[in-house]
Order: sequence, then C-alpha cells, then structure tokens
Amino acid sequence: MRLVTAIIKPFKLDDVKAALEAVGVQGMTVSEVQGFGRQRGHTEVYRGAEYTVDFVPKIRVEVLVDEADAAGVVDAIVSAAHSGAIGDGKVWTVLVDEVVRVRTGERGPDAL
Amino acid sequence: MPAIDSGDTGWVLVCTALVLLMTPGLAFFYAGMVRAKSVLSMLMQNYVCIAVVSVVWVVLGYTIAFGSDVGGGLLGGFRFTGMAHMAEPVPGYELSIPPLLFAFFQLMFAILTTALISGAMADRVRFGAFVVFAGLWSLLVYAPLAHWAFSPSGWMVQSGMLDFAGGYVVEINCGAAALAVAIVVGRRHGWPREAMPPHSLPLTLLGAGLLWFGWFGFNAGSALKADGLAVQALVNTHMAGVGGLLAWIATERIRNGVATTLGAASGAVAGLVAITPACGYLDTLPALLLGVLAGAGCVLAVQLKYRFGYDDSLDVVGVHYVGGVIGILFLGFFATSGVNPAVAHEGLVYGGGFGQLGRQAVGVVAATAFSFLATYLIARAVNAVIPLRVSDEDEDTGLDQALHSESAYDFGSVRSMGRIG
Repeated sequence: MRLVTAIIKPFKLDDVKAALEAVGVQGMTVSEVQGFGRQRGHTEVYRGAEYTVDFVPKIRVEVLVDEADAAGVVDAIVSAAHSGAIGDGKVWTVLVDEVVRVRTGERGPDAL
Repeated sequence: MPAIDSGDTGWVLVCTALVLLMTPGLAFFYAGMVRAKSVLSMLMQNYVCIAVVSVVWVVLGYTIAFGSDVGGGLLGGFRFTGMAHMAEPVPGYELSIPPLLFAFFQLMFAILTTALISGAMADRVRFGAFVVFAGLWSLLVYAPLAHWAFSPSGWMVQSGMLDFAGGYVVEINCGAAALAVAIVVGRRHGWPREAMPPHSLPLTLLGAGLLWFGWFGFNAGSALKADGLAVQALVNTHMAGVGGLLAWIATERIRNGVATTLGAASGAVAGLVAITPACGYLDTLPALLLGVLAGAGCVLAVQLKYRFGYDDSLDVVGVHYVGGVIGILFLGFFATSGVNPAVAHEGLVYGGGFGQLGRQAVGVVAATAFSFLATYLIARAVNAVIPLRVSDEDEDTGLDQALHSESAYDFGSVRSMGRIG
C-alpha cells in the first residue's frame, strides 16, 4: 500500500478530485497548507511599509492506495493539477505498512 | 444670556450623539489594524474611555476647561464642579443652547481625544494602568488645553490663535501625547523587524466610515448653532476628507505602485483631522486643498517612525499630529472673515500678511510642548505605581487572552473547550 501526497494549487482542487474519482479512488483527505518552492511569495503594502509574504497557500491532498494503483493515481493527479506555470506543486508516494478501518477493524488492502 | 433656541438645541443634541459614535468608530478603525490576538484589548481601551473620561469630566474636567478663568487664561475655576450651577451661562460664550448640553457636547471631545492615544501603545499595555492613565490624562492634559484654546478666556483664544473644533486641543494634543507614551512604553517585541500587518481591514474601513459620519457633528456642531457657519463647516469637513482620501491613494500609487484600502481610510482620516481646526474659517475650495495637503503629507509622515525608531503602532503621530499641524498652519494662509466674522486677522492669501501664520505656529509649539511634557510625566508616574507594560509572556500570548480572558474570533477549530463555571 502507498500513501500518495500531492501539493497543488488551490484552484486545481476540483479538477484533481474529479480525476481521482475517475480512476476509482473512493476517499481522500484535504488540508489547507502554506509553503514555498521555486515559486516565491508576494508583497503586501500597509501605509507605505512593504512586507514580503514568503509562504503561499496550497492544498495538500492525501490518498491511500493499493500498490498496483499508485502509478495511475499519481499520473491522474499530475495531469489534473498541471497548468505549466511555476508553482504547480509536487506529488510523492511513500510505502505504508498498515491500514485499519476504524468501523470494522479490517486491515491491509481490505481497509482501503 | 440669549434665549434658548430649539433649532440650535436640537442640532447640538444630535451632534453630541454623533461625536459619541466617533469613539466606537475609532475603536474599530484601530482594532482592525492590530493583530488578531489583541483586538478586544484595543476595543476595550477605547470603550473604557467613554466611561472613565465621563466621570472625570462631570466631576472636575469640565469646570477646569470651561469655568471662569482663574488667571492668565491657564485654568478654569471650580464653580461647575460636579455639574453645579448649570443654569448659569458658560463664561465668555453667548449660547442659545442650555449650558448642560454644551458641557456634554464638549465631553464627547474629551473622550475621543483620550481614546486616540491608545493607538500609539497597541498590543502591549496593561488594562488597569491604561484606565488610570486615561483618567489622569483627561483631567491634567485635556481639560487645561481645552481651556487654553476653546474657552474664550483661554490664553490661546485671547492671543488670536484659531482652532474651530480641536486642532490644538484634539489632534496636536493626542499626537504629542501619543509620542510621549510610545517612548515611555517602548516598542512591541519584534518591531520593526517583524511584520505586524493589520488583521482585519474591513473593520478599519467600517471604523473610518463611522468616524467620517461622526465628524460632521464634531466640526459642524462646533458652530454651536444650526446656522450657515455650521453648513460651511460640514461642507468643508466633507471636502477635506475627500481630498485626503484621493491624495493618500494617489501618493501611494506613485510610491508603492498600488492604491490600498488602508490608504483610502487613512487618507480620509488625515483630511478630516486637518480640517478640524479650520472648518469654520475656510471657503470650500481651500478646504479641499487642505485635505489634499494633509493626505499627501501624512502618507509621507507615517514613514518617520521607522527612521526615528519609536513604535507609534497605529500612526497617531503621523496622522493626527502631522495632520493637525497642517490644518492649524493652513489657517495662517486661508482663514477669512468672509466665512466667519470671528477671524480677526485675515490669512496670508487674503492680504493679512504673516501675522496669523506666526500666531498659529506659536500655538503649535505651546500645545506640543505642554502635551508632550505633561503626558510624559503622567505616563512615567503611572508606570512607577502600576507598570504600563504587560509581561513578555502576555505580550506574546496576546492581550485578549492574557488580560480579558476572551478571544475575539472563534472559528470552531479544535479547542477542547468545556464549561467549568
């Protein structure tokens, strides 16, 4: 099993969600996060004093998938989140040893 | 004493309520500019001024400001202590409104002026110490200066210095006091290296709107009659606010490349500040010009604190002191008896020479020196008994939780909040 984590532009969330549903993903966790990569922040001005804001708002999407589905899910996210502009984000996966569904106690791939 | 006029009385009653509303307006103007963790403390400092200054004014402040002069135009006597003898005329005035109404109209000015100082020491002052400071300040600084520049027997009025609605008494006074308290209290931790941007500009814009609305009562009400002069003062007030708004955002657009909402609100207030002493002595177009000068002047002046290193957090000096000085000096150029027969010496552009400008400037020095020194001494004295500054830990936590056990905003996040009492 793998945990797929994607950092995407906030306005791409609906596209990514639709793409994940299209490849059969049945659940996901989404959080509002902030950070920066090659795309830096912006400037704000208050009474003539200029401030730099380094962290930009992003969305983090997390999906648990079976090993066999991981590559397809990553591809689906990348194509849905792509705009070609700097700051499109990143997608990565890590191995997961155990997953338990809280309601039923099912373990492993059955819990996905 | 002239007969009571119902129109004049009705108008000044309404203006009294309008000026009261300026203090909540100021509270929100300021509260939007502080950080989210100290919003309530800023609102509270302003609202508590309404209460504390009212008590002080009724007991002693009014009689010191407007009682019969006890010598040299410096202080009023004690005849009106506790609002006694309100059937007697106000010394020096020919009013067609009840003296008690005059006393309460003037109270609203004392409240607002005291509340204005809070902006210089945002996010770091203990509530109890502020309450004591506010009460003492309204009695020992506001009331005497009101006597000097508002009471007809005050030495500034006697010397021919013009201040229609509070350039010396309100704006220069609160600005000089703000500088003094900013120095006594010291900088916020992290200032100016750390960014401390406004947490809610919508609140600030709402507050600025309420101030603008209330300012009609402040300035036009200072005519103390419902007459043509009140109308001219209202028109001038509005046009100066307009000029200030436009000039500030235009200057910002040139300097920083953007026109900001905070700039629009600040510019309007700067224009309104500058017109306060001048609204009853100017024609309409000079009032617009004054607003423009104030808007452009104050947007540059608010940068000075970074150069000099004093943390006047919400720019009381840069907007109120500088705007007040601009308005006071402007009278040396544009005051005219054509608008108000009380103008004894025409301004420079009306052929009056430099005399009035010189008088106005002497007043700036006197009001600044008195307000700054007296405020500095009061703040140091209060600080010696009840420290003005909160602990480092409380400043870091935020004054809302540390001083008032409340939070301004609850977005229903995970807080595990349960009832224990």
